[in-house]
Amino acid sequence: MPDFTHRRPQPWPIRLLHWANVPFLVIMAGSGLRILAAYPMMGPQGQPYAAYPFQGTPPPEWMQLGQWLAGGRHWHFAFAWLFVINGLAYGLYLALSGEWRRRLFLPRRDARNALGTLAYYLRLRRQPPPQELYNGLQRMAYTGTLLLALVVVLTGLVLYKPVQLGWLAALFGGYDPARLIHLGTLVLLALFTVGHVIMVALHPRSLGEMVTGGRPHA
Amino acid sequence: MRDAGGFTRRSLLLGAAALTASACDSSRPHAGFLGAMERFNLRFQRALFDPARLAPELPAEAATPPGAFPQYYISSTIPVAPAGWALQVGGMVARPQVLTLEELRLMPRTEYRIRHHCVEGWSAVASWHGVAVRELARRVGADPRAGYVEFRSFDEGYWSSWDAPSALHPQTILAYGMNGEPLIPAHGAPLRLYSGVKLGYKMVKYLTAVNFLPEPSGGYWEDRGYEWFAGV
Repeated sequence: MPDFTHRRPQPWPIRLLHWANVPFLVIMAGSGLRILAAYPMMGPQGQPYAAYPFQGTPPPEWMQLGQWLAGGRHWHFAFAWLFVINGLAYGLYLALSGEWRRRLFLPRRDARNALGTLAYYLRLRRQPPPQELYNGLQRMAYTGTLLLALVVVLTGLVLYKPVQLGWLAALFGGYDPARLIHLGTLVLLALFTVGHVIMVALHPRSLGEMVTGGRPHA
Repeated sequence: MRDAGGFTRRSLLLGAAALTASACDSSRPHAGFLGAMERFNLRFQRALFDPARLAPELPAEAATPPGAFPQYYISSTIPVAPAGWALQVGGMVARPQVLTLEELRLMPRTEYRIRHHCVEGWSAVASWHGVAVRELARRVGADPRAGYVEFRSFDEGYWSSWDAPSALHPQTILAYGMNGEPLIPAHGAPLRLYSGVKLGYKMVKYLTAVNFLPEPSGGYWEDRGYEWFAGV
């Protein structure tokens, strides 16, 4: 187990790769919504999904990037690779540096702490459970975004190459289900971002650390 | 030094923003960074493309309901075939030919029901029948060095050009029928290109000519900014 007591809370690779996600996610979401606007329906032609509540409603124009469908698609398929490389670099760094130990949610270690932290936020408990760099709830949320990123990339690959990657398409139930999951993942990532920004506003020290790296907490 | 560092960093950020703005011009998506990434994606798609991989054939229940399969042409009204229509086949071929619909119908027939993928994001399912482009290539003696195949139409000059491996894929056909019926004008009669390995805008309808070429010749939407390879 690496000794984290003398390590900065946010080493520079974490900070770099974390902040790179800001432009990448904005560009991917904006250009993705431009593509959605070309056909703002879910489900195959003539068989729209009854459960999708926004059938026929395009996303607001200000959210769309790329001027027109061809522009949006070029943005999307250009920056998708940068987003993927960023994610791979992050995963590689977590694995090689041992940082995964204090960041990833390990159910047996963190589930109790996550529940305790939730109880504290819900005012069912006076004191938060003791925590290191992150509490269990944070670990759950951050690990969740990594899973969402994985799903958004895999479903994106299905939409990009539904025939050549037919095995992957089958994994998600086919082309149109993958399209719905792709959009649903974007919504979840957007909801996480809103919550993330609120929590950072409530705990401004974490913002400073993600900029400067901070001092070891010990 | 601190100030100098800050100044450099600020210039760097401003420079990066300016570079992004000029390198990512949505109205000229073939240029700059977007164009460079399109060329990378072209290589990626070529490497990923397996000439033997087939689009899965689907059961009749998967078919798009009657009337819901979108129609598309760039003319203001449904294009009508000129009298005495025939298909011209030329370019790098040993035996250039003009083929009537009857002659095409006598060639080996390919039929399948597969999913259609549109650049707009929708999918639809129909069955198609016709003659494989690879059969046509064999008949006219296409030069194996012809790396590209061009498809032209009488729909206001709509056209597209394909890489030969995709054009010679077993599921790339010159279709004269849809859902067991003769092709209707709204879907590209008398003859249209259909395939399991490209987006819809590559599948030229209202065909007039097929040319085997040494270089790609762009396409109607491709020259306007859409991606040229457009594989699925």
